[in-house]
Amino acid sequence: MTEEIIIAGFGGQGVLSMGKILAYAGLMEGKEVTWMPAYGPEQRGGTANVTVIVSDDPVSSPILSSYDTAIVLNQPSLEKFEPKVKPGGVIIYDGYGINEPPTRKDIDIYRIDAMDAAAEMNLIKTFNMIVLGGLLKIHPVVGIESVLAALRKTLPERHHHLIPKNEEAIRKGMEIIRKL
Amino acid sequence: MADQEITLMKGNEAIAHAAIRCGCDGYFGYPITPQSEVLETLAEQKPWETTGMVVLQAESEVSSINMVYGGACTGKKVMTSSSSPGVSLMQEGISYMAGAELPALIVNVMRGGPGLGTIQPSQSDYFQACKGGGHGDYHLIVLAPASVQEMADFVDLAFTLAFRYRNPAMILADGAIGQMMEKVVLPPFKPRRTEEEIIKECPWATTGRIGGRKPNIITSLELRSEEMEVINLRIQAKYREIEAKEVRYEEFMLDDAEYAIVAFGSAARIAKKSIEIARSQGIKVGLLRPITLWPFPTEEVKALAGRVKGILSLEINAGQMVEDIRLAVEGKVPVRHFGRLGGIIPDPDEVVEVLKSSF
Repeated sequence: MTEEIIIAGFGGQGVLSMGKILAYAGLMEGKEVTWMPAYGPEQRGGTANVTVIVSDDPVSSPILSSYDTAIVLNQPSLEKFEPKVKPGGVIIYDGYGINEPPTRKDIDIYRIDAMDAAAEMNLIKTFNMIVLGGLLKIHPVVGIESVLAALRKTLPERHHHLIPKNEEAIRKGMEIIRKL
Repeated sequence: MADQEITLMKGNEAIAHAAIRCGCDGYFGYPITPQSEVLETLAEQKPWETTGMVVLQAESEVSSINMVYGGACTGKKVMTSSSSPGVSLMQEGISYMAGAELPALIVNVMRGGPGLGTIQPSQSDYFQACKGGGHGDYHLIVLAPASVQEMADFVDLAFTLAFRYRNPAMILADGAIGQMMEKVVLPPFKPRRTEEEIIKECPWATTGRIGGRKPNIITSLELRSEEMEVINLRIQAKYREIEAKEVRYEEFMLDDAEYAIVAFGSAARIAKKSIEIARSQGIKVGLLRPITLWPFPTEEVKALAGRVKGILSLEINAGQMVEDIRLAVEGKVPVRHFGRLGGIIPDPDEVVEVLKSSF
């Protein structure tokens, strides 16, 4: 199994940290992982994306031409990455960030209203975990237990009391993602 | 064992952790994207409180390299890191260290140039690293890591080679290897050498004239041309020995290959993916990955010429290593180059297209 994922959105949406938690969870399951950010003059509101590869085999290139799954959180990211999803692949998009949804017929398209859900739950900072929950529902790349273990490993001790909130967010994402 | 823990980190962070663990005595550097995490991680780890390693942010790259020069004179394991424009600033100091035959480690996490260029990954400092970026007839020992694991492993290797040959060594990485996170097993802790061990291992070092030994004078200056030629010949003899003994490379799917890609660092990773794709389309292609860029695996590339119908040099630059490949194959086989410039990384599909159209 090799899963090649691009996560793209605005800086500040938690794109890079979502990728990091996914990669860490993969590592905890003994898989091979690579996390490759498109680093730039970073700023809140600028574009951010990260390629995450989780595989049973050693990962060749951290830089890819096409992806199994694209998680897109804003319109420019959708425009950039929709053509780069492999036929038969998956796009997950956030309803709040995208006005013109994807149109390809040869891929599976999922919508997740994660921004709305995060606002409703009054947990705006867990937006990225809601999206991650959506991914794990349709594509269990890693187990939820590994994600929680990854959170324990990567979050500083002082934030550990927030892990249950993150778990709540992941479960919310699993609940609200829907196929179009 | 705690030392053997598998962890996830950036290439730059791996360099910093590996430096502490291999008993490095001092790091002198100045921040620049995309390598700043080296200095940041060292500052975070505070090795001066544990191993006693000095970590210093100098006022410039010029200062950093001269601090490295000074530290190296005393036989200490010292290093610096920077990215392309910063490494250009260091060239005078590097040439002096090569001339004075001093061991040290310089890490270059390359970004696109020329000039200040961009902060995105590039491999356009191959010439500078391998052909003597400063003045004079000299070489650095140049290691090209292609993974975060190799970033960690090559720190100790670079120091080992630098001390074995009394010559500066360079880890030539790029923004992609520096910024990406992968699994890594950090090397085990090695204590820093004691003063006594340094005196024993480096009888040439300026360690203080204990027991009335002859003064050790370290300089790259010798105004008598006859003497300077002798020094040069000795250094050149050392380079021939390094060329004979220290070539390192990796072969990937070359056994039945009809075509070969030669690529180093992150370009070699892209090449592996391109090879997977090309082979799925029935094109038999393999990879030769130089791990030491200097000494270059000339004999291995030469041997390839007898086995394949064509060689593609995949580099994230306008064509630098391709010159060494062409010298090695002596016109026996067509050699093409492909690269992207200015911080753009070639993607695996376009490499496959280039392969198809090149031969």
